Amino acid sequence: MKDAKVIELEEVAIRFSGDSGDGMQLTGTLFSDTSALFGNDISTFPDYPSEIRAPQGTVGGVSGFQVQFGKKKITTPGDLAHVLVAMNPAALKANAAFLNPAASIIFDVDSFSEKNLEKAQYKTKDPFTELKLNDYSLIPVPITSMTKESLIDLELDNKSILRCKNMFALGLICWMFDRPLDYIERFIQSKFGKKSPLIAEANLTVLHTGYNYGMNLQHMTPQYIVHPAPIEKGIYRNINGNNATAWGFIAAAEKAGLELFIGSYPITPATDVLQALAERKDLGVKSFQAEDEIAGICTTIGAAFAGDLAVTSTSGPGFALKSEALGLSVMAELPIVVVNVQRGGPSTGLPTKTEQSDLLQTLYGRNGESPVVVLAASTPSDCFYYAFLSAKIALERMVPVVLLTDGFLGNGSEPWRVPSMDELPSITPRKAKNPETYLPYNRDPETLAREWAIPGMEGFEHRIGGLEKNNAGGVNQDPDNHQRNSEIREAKVLKVADMIPELEVEGNPEGDLLVIGWGGTFGHMISSVKAMQDAGKSVSLAHFNYIKPLPSNTAEVLARFKKIVVCELNMGQFASYLRDKLPQFTYHQVNKMKGLPFSVHELVENFDKLLEA
Amino acid sequence: MINFNYSAKDFKSAAEVRWCPGCGDYAIMNAVQKTMADMNIAHKDFAVISGIGCSSRFPYYMSTYGFHTIHGRAAAIASGVKSANPALTVWVMTGDGDSLAIGGNHFIHLVRRNINLNMVLFNNKIYGLTKGQYSPTSDRGKITKTSPFGTIEDSFVPGQLVLGSRGTFFARAVDNNIKHTQEVLADAAQHKGTSVVEVLQNCVIFNEGIHEQISDPKFRAERQLFLKNGQPMIFGDNEDKGLILDKGKLKVVKIGENGITREDILVHQPEEDNLGLQVALINMALPEFPVAMGVIRSVEAPVYDQEMTKQIETVQQKRKITCMDELLQSGNTWTVDGQNSKEPVKFFDNKCFG
Repeated sequence: MKDAKVIELEEVAIRFSGDSGDGMQLTGTLFSDTSALFGNDISTFPDYPSEIRAPQGTVGGVSGFQVQFGKKKITTPGDLAHVLVAMNPAALKANAAFLNPAASIIFDVDSFSEKNLEKAQYKTKDPFTELKLNDYSLIPVPITSMTKESLIDLELDNKSILRCKNMFALGLICWMFDRPLDYIERFIQSKFGKKSPLIAEANLTVLHTGYNYGMNLQHMTPQYIVHPAPIEKGIYRNINGNNATAWGFIAAAEKAGLELFIGSYPITPATDVLQALAERKDLGVKSFQAEDEIAGICTTIGAAFAGDLAVTSTSGPGFALKSEALGLSVMAELPIVVVNVQRGGPSTGLPTKTEQSDLLQTLYGRNGESPVVVLAASTPSDCFYYAFLSAKIALERMVPVVLLTDGFLGNGSEPWRVPSMDELPSITPRKAKNPETYLPYNRDPETLAREWAIPGMEGFEHRIGGLEKNNAGGVNQDPDNHQRNSEIREAKVLKVADMIPELEVEGNPEGDLLVIGWGGTFGHMISSVKAMQDAGKSVSLAHFNYIKPLPSNTAEVLARFKKIVVCELNMGQFASYLRDKLPQFTYHQVNKMKGLPFSVHELVENFDKLLEA
Repeated sequence: MINFNYSAKDFKSAAEVRWCPGCGDYAIMNAVQKTMADMNIAHKDFAVISGIGCSSRFPYYMSTYGFHTIHGRAAAIASGVKSANPALTVWVMTGDGDSLAIGGNHFIHLVRRNINLNMVLFNNKIYGLTKGQYSPTSDRGKITKTSPFGTIEDSFVPGQLVLGSRGTFFARAVDNNIKHTQEVLADAAQHKGTSVVEVLQNCVIFNEGIHEQISDPKFRAERQLFLKNGQPMIFGDNEDKGLILDKGKLKVVKIGENGITREDILVHQPEEDNLGLQVALINMALPEFPVAMGVIRSVEAPVYDQEMTKQIETVQQKRKITCMDELLQSGNTWTVDGQNSKEPVKFFDNKCFG
């Protein structure tokens, strides 16, 4: 043991990287789960190509999974990796720019053949010099040949053998970080054990071979120790944003005493929301995979008309297709929730990459004056709470709500202290009570919300529709009526401000610089602001989860700072919205359009510049 | 069993009906209202859903629950209504433009899923609400405002589309024959699954007389073949003409000529899964053939909304997770209760979610 180099760290980021068929997402997920069970806080970032199997060995086909874990609260998956596992030259090339200066690079030396270097379009035969990585801790490991060697006694075809390579890497990494293997072993058993015991055996063998390889050759492999994080008491689980979103809706339906309906169409990166709900027939979820995006929202509107908590999930291009029907739910005033798991655009854009560029589409992308409530979740796990709240607002205010998440939140995961249902507020749908006085568009004078009478309720029979209407739901195109209804629909959305919390500031409530973010960038925003604060700078963060309406104290908060900077993964959509709503302030901007999250480093750099200017 | 004793009047709303005088829609509405009254289903359990077009104004004229939605989407919205609450009796009112052009995708998928609802397809072969453009059922060469030199495309035959989408029920009627329309609608209402009733409807303003050759009461018996379950396919003023299969094709024959007797005439079997013959009946057109009226196909198949309910019940019988708290704590969880761990801050603490 004395040869072993042991490094103690507060937090470590590991990036697993290989061909999109190499099983890197699974490897990363298993390692993350193991670390979370070990007691570390974690944050993950899957980064994969939009092709399921892009050409093997090419940079375009590289699939990566980054996880950061540590002994304190982890808010981002890490800008730069401390350890890179590169299964081939393409993976090395794709990730060279995302490494810590002192990073260890574990690479499958067997795959660094001339042919593979060519496929990855290296100009020379020395990839490390070419990428200027010679100063890094390079750890060549014969992953392919060791995997083959360890399975020589099993009667397996070559393809199946090569599929086990990722388990070698996983075993090795588990040794490096002192992780127990039992969770992974159980996973392999339950996944393959019954169906194909041979495959299970092969994976387990290779996993142990990788682990033992690390132990045996520890003179060349540094071992890292990351102690468990002190966190809040409770029952924890790992959850990604899409699952959290789905579960938030189930929780809301249970609270509201309603059945849950999802009408949806598969689209990256939102499909998991539909899948997670389709899985929950045990809790009575009605899932309807529609023929297209339009039918996704239309079946949802139909289900809301029929009295269910009705939701639909999509991403940018699908949201565009849903816009006309979303307008119908604005006009008919039916309670639906639309989740938009944003991705890079326009058009098909960057399906598997994250972006925040649907904000203006969400706010304004419909014909006519068509206001909806807009919320944005900010971490994978709080997608649960914002999905719950979206449903609560929709049902209690009879208004469509759009919940914005993004690919980073949807696919990213973190440990989550699961709440009990007692912790969640009540939801009281506005079911109509008195058939004598009922008219579909009679309103509560305070909230302007109408009442919900659903088919099957005796004495409440009525007609609604997409035409401008009178209180009885009948067609009315009288000029004053349209003016009044347009104002009411907008006011009804703005009145939601009375049920949402005030905007909070992380840090001092006044100072030199207020950093503003919204939605899925929270982890990077808070990390960079904390870093500035630790360096003694007068910087605070206001992170928005409520976009429309804005929290009622927004202007007060903004007024207490000398400078304001709005950071978002688009060209400045929230900044322009704030300029429209609160024109009395000057807004600086930090924007990024790379399909990637912010890095803490680039945010800090930008804030420093603003403070100096 | 409760007897509601409804009459058609119980299904009329107070709203002023604003179709053009003489429009075929009036007759169809009367037939629908009469059919609903006869169904002996509680008034509160009807939901009438429509898209956009003249015929889609229908829900406003009904006293039931109704939803006048957006162009082409009635089938999708109604699918959501019925799946959410299979106890409702759902009717979709739509036209040839609404459901075969802009809503074509929803139409075929509704039929394919076999959701238990009733669709009345008003086919006037024209866009009326936008004042006279050709529709997907307009015949090739039709001159309209958007085809001043005649259309250069073939039309859909709605029944073909229904059967091609694995439809379980298709029937045809003509607006000016209220009694027959009502009979057909009653059969459609009884059907378990998606029923599509094509009603040949006259647009007095933009397509006056489009179905006149077929619908003219003077020639009704000669030009329309009224199909009845288990009855021979006989038509004609003297009930002396019928259909036989000759070398795999339908052929009109005269009873008493060339040794043909009543026994030789095909017997209508709408409940048999005989797509070829049923499509052949749908395709029959003047002048060679009479036009087939009545229920052409009515077969049994699994019904989507019932299957959805059944699947949930089946899963729930064996379920391990019965509520949200159990789901939250299921699977891979771990407990943190160490010395240096603190009490949790609950998400909804100190916030005004009242």
